Parts: sequence; C-alpha cells; structure tokens
Amino acid sequence: MSVKVKPDTCTGCETCVSVCPFGAIEMKDGKAFITDACTLCGACVEACEFKAIEKDVEQAGPAKDLSAYKGVWVFAEQHKGEIASVSLELLGEGRKLADKRGSKLSAVFIGAGIKGKSKDLIAYGADIVYVADDQALKDFNDDSYAAVLTTLAYQHKPEIILAGATAIGRSFFPKVASTLYTGLTADCTVLDIDTVTGHLHQTRPAFGGNIMATIVTPNHRPQMATVRHKVMKPAQRDDSRKGEIVEVKFAQSGAVRTKVLKTIDELTETVNICEADIIVAGGRGLGSQKNFLLLEELAKVLGGAVAATRGAVDEGWIPYSHQVGQTGKTVCPKLYIAAGISGAIQHVAGMQSSETIIAINKDPDAPIFNVATYGIVGDVTEILTAMIKKFKEVRG
Amino acid sequence: MHIIVLVKQVPDTSEVKINRETNTLIRDGVPSIINPYDRYAIEEALRLREKHGGKVTAVTMGPPQAAEALKEAVSLGADDVVLLSDRAFAGADTWATSYALSQGIRKIGDFDLVIAGKQAIDGDTAQVGPETADMLGIPFVAYIRKIERVEGKKMVAERLMDEGYDVVETSLPALITVVKEINEPRVPSLKGKMKAKSLKVTAWTAADIGSDENKIGLRGSPTQVVRIFPPTPRGQREILSGNVEEQVASLAKKLKEQSLI
Repeated sequence: MSVKVKPDTCTGCETCVSVCPFGAIEMKDGKAFITDACTLCGACVEACEFKAIEKDVEQAGPAKDLSAYKGVWVFAEQHKGEIASVSLELLGEGRKLADKRGSKLSAVFIGAGIKGKSKDLIAYGADIVYVADDQALKDFNDDSYAAVLTTLAYQHKPEIILAGATAIGRSFFPKVASTLYTGLTADCTVLDIDTVTGHLHQTRPAFGGNIMATIVTPNHRPQMATVRHKVMKPAQRDDSRKGEIVEVKFAQSGAVRTKVLKTIDELTETVNICEADIIVAGGRGLGSQKNFLLLEELAKVLGGAVAATRGAVDEGWIPYSHQVGQTGKTVCPKLYIAAGISGAIQHVAGMQSSETIIAINKDPDAPIFNVATYGIVGDVTEILTAMIKKFKEVRG
Repeated sequence: MHIIVLVKQVPDTSEVKINRETNTLIRDGVPSIINPYDRYAIEEALRLREKHGGKVTAVTMGPPQAAEALKEAVSLGADDVVLLSDRAFAGADTWATSYALSQGIRKIGDFDLVIAGKQAIDGDTAQVGPETADMLGIPFVAYIRKIERVEGKKMVAERLMDEGYDVVETSLPALITVVKEINEPRVPSLKGKMKAKSLKVTAWTAADIGSDENKIGLRGSPTQVVRIFPPTPRGQREILSGNVEEQVASLAKKLKEQSLI
C-alpha cells in the first residue's frame, strides 16, 4: 500500500473519510486509517488540508527508454467512407499537442475503398496518413483493426495514440493497449501535454460524472486515450496542406475468429445522438407517445436529434439507441433540452457535460434544474408547442 | 458449457451525492453493490446453462469484502466462485486488473465463454473485458444485446453499435460484454440465498495464480491517477419567469444571442 496517514499530523477531522470515493478510510483511535478497500486514487491526499496523508510515488516496473517514441497519432474512424466527426475533433486536438511537442501528427485510417479520402485527413491537419485499405477491413473487427494499429505502433513508436470514445474506439483500443503493455485512459474530456517529459495529462469524469480524475502514463509508451465527442474543437479544412500518404498492407495472420454477418442501421433519423450539436430529450413526464412526437418536431425545427431517458425507452416511445444516461449513451452537445425529465442521477450522468442545458418540468424541485442553465417550470406540452412556434419564427 | 462471469463490486454511484458547499462526494451510507451491468452478464450465463447444460463460475478481483458480490451471484444461481484477493493487487489499473483476471481464469481451466458487463459504473472504462480477452488470446466482442445461437464452437450474436447493430459470428472460447437490452435479470431464489449463506469463499492470492509481481497492482499498472477533483460547478442557473409565451420568448432571445439557434 502506498497511501499512508502520518498519525502525528492527522487531526482526526474526518474530511478524508467523507471524500474517499471507495469508503476505504475509517477512524481508529481518533486518527484516519486506510483499509484494504483503498485503490490508491489519492482523493484523500488532495483533500487533507493538514498534509497528513501521503501517496508514495514509487512507480516500479522497469523504466523504458521513452525517448524513442515520437509523434501524435489519431485513429481516423470512418463509416461507409465518411470520416467520423469525432475524428476531425481529434485531428484538431492532436495538431495542438503535436505542435506543443514539436512533433508530427499522423492519422491511421482503416477500411475498404477509402484510400481516396486520405488526402482529406491531410487537409484536416495530418502530416502523415497510414491507410490500410483492404476488402478484409470492410467491417469493423476487433482483431483486424487492432492488428493494423498494433503493427504500425511497433514499427513507428508514436508517443500518443488517440481515438474517439465511440463504440468502435472503445472496443478495439483496449486490445491494442493490452498487447503493447501500455496505459489507456477512456472517455477523456481534457488533454494536455507536458512539453518537457511528453507526459499526456488525461482528464476524465468518473463515478457517473461526480468526480474528475487526471491520469498519466509515466513509464510506458505510447500513451493511449479515447476522447469523448464534442469536447474538442474540430480541425479546420485546409486543402493547401501537404502531407505524406503511406499505404499499409493488411495481412491476415491465422484464422479469422470473428466476422460480421450483417449490419443493420437502426436510428430513426440519420443523426447519431453522440454527434449532434443539439439534442431534444424527453422522459416519462411527457406522458404519452403522442407528446413524444412534439420532441421530434422541435428537433426538426432546430436541426437536432431526439434522445430519451431510460423511462421513456422502457415505455416503448423510442428505441434504446436513443437512450442517454448511465445505461445508455453519454452525450455532450452544445444545447440539450430536457423535457419532462426529472433528473435522476443515472440520466444526468449521460448529459451533464452539455454546454447549455434547458430544463422543462412542472415540478420546480425536480433535480434536473440543478444542472440546468435555464429552467422553465410549467406544463411540458404547452411549453414545447410554444417553443416549436417561436423557434420556427426565429429561424425564419 | 462452462461459462465464466466477471463481476465487480462497486459503490452504488446513484447514491453518491455531492456536497454543494465543499464540492466533495458524500459517501455516508453508500452501499456496495454488484455492478449493474454484471447482473445482465450473470443472467445471460444462467440462461445459456439452462439451455445447453454445464456450469457457471463467477470471478472477481477485489478486497476480501468483494466476496459478498460472489455470494450474490451464487444466490442468483452461479455454481462456483473464485475470489482473487491479495494486498499486492491493490492500486491495479485496467491493465493490471486484466492481467490478474486472465491468470485466475487460466487456473480455473477449460471454459467456453467469458461474459462481463459492458463496463463498471464506478470507472466506466469498458477496458477490462477486452484487455482480459487479449491476454487470454481469445476473441472479444463488445456490447452484445442478444445471443442468437451457440452451435458447437461457434456463437452468433447481435452487437450494438453507434448507428444500429451488427450480427457477429465468433469462434469459442470468446469473451463478450453485454448491454442492458440483453435480458431482464432474475431475483435470487430462496434456495440460492440459503446456498450463498453457507458459502465459504476462499481467496486465491497473487502467488496462487502464478502472477508476475511486476505485472500486478500499482507496480504493474501503466496508468497513474495524479489528481482527483470535483467537476467545475455549472454557472448560475436561471429560472425563467412570466407566462408561457414570455418564458419562451426570453429563452429564444438568450439562445439566439449565444448563436445556439
């Protein structure tokens, strides 16, 4: 164990007991005592105003030669040849990190019939594009995607590899990190680089968004992270940019273990809610499927997507792929309109990082108002109807 | 079929509240529960056993009190449990956790399928499943919402994606993670509860599973948490006033000013 209480300095104030996310601190003889439940997260170290708790920084493991690792890589995700919006956001962020560190930005592009799009990635900021274009890579497959990226990482030793925190990124990045024996941080919302050491400071929400944690990978490279949609600024297209396109051969090693038999698109509209700038969401408070249609109308007026709470999904008003919250998707649009949503923590966990939140509820004490930028107390259907009318006028 | 289910004991994050004055977590009285996604994993394992015969083994890594989560798995119908517990495991990140789990699973021996929940609600990383699969050298398929069929050494299942779903065929043994859509978990039976009550859970230590001491716990973890802090509180909220038309008009004005509409 390397979080220790200095009994002589501990005043027994119990602050650490209340801040420990794991309930791992007890009071013994008026002093804090750290139990086996400790995960060494260090929340108590930060909280103790008497500096009575210490975390050993002895990080063992053989020190690797980190200087051999250079450059920032972005996994450029594509669906049917369309580059995912989150990948453009990562190219924007990756460019900044690479410039700070004085290194190159590369994109890794995997799929079938996509080669022609490689120059788009250069226009969006990449200096090098590694493109693996092969019929065998048409469908997403953990094994083959991981094989391409792992092989490239062994060959070229990037310092950082980023992907969107999408279904695909979250599925195959862990396999790459496992094989490379390196650290991976999921769902980052802030990235920063120490220009001297090259350590990437990766900040992410944990405990359903109740706390933020900053994580580093001090002794391993590459440093890998997945990043949430909509938190980084997308790169601006510049067709005059020059870069290098490197074609990568894909060789199937061993038997094919998994294959996609078919793919079914299920979203009722074309917008993936994770990528939407505006989301109109509803909960059980809407009362009926008919009222739920008002959300769709409002979303149409605003050019946004429709989302729902678990309750509304359970009622059968909308498919599960639209569910936001702990057991659904996590979204961070510019504008989130929560209509007839009480604000249970399970839902709030999935939407509280939205930039502007509008809450509409008849109950002025509904917890959704605690996270709202603007709140309207009143009858949901009446307000939605008025909003549709007014926003139509405003948008002409 | 021998099905292994990975479970994790987590604090019930839905009970965790923030003290708005000090911006710290209020943990008093927050119970430990089985990670909600793991309940779907346990249920699916039990259903597969009911259909194909065999047994279900629940595995966890954690402090001694994590045995409670395994007892709960038994009360639901799991046949066997394995607790990986050793102070040397403390501070493990997803890599070191996956290493310990994969070593534990190797010691258990033959299996056809490993099922885990999509992610744990305390860390939300969704990494331990795929990393464990990689270390075991078996295929991994995420976000399973339906198992269509298991035939010999093959399984066909539906994988939830961002824009719909894929029907995926995988060879077995494999490791899958499941989403809540897959089933409706049962409640413990009386018989199961009795069995759980009398269950003695013995722990396997780092040495028992033949682990390399450089790959477990804090020592084996590539990542390190350097700071934990409360999220920036949102700016002052504003409750709009007036009648419906006035409220909506003032909202439209504000959103227009911020170029949101």
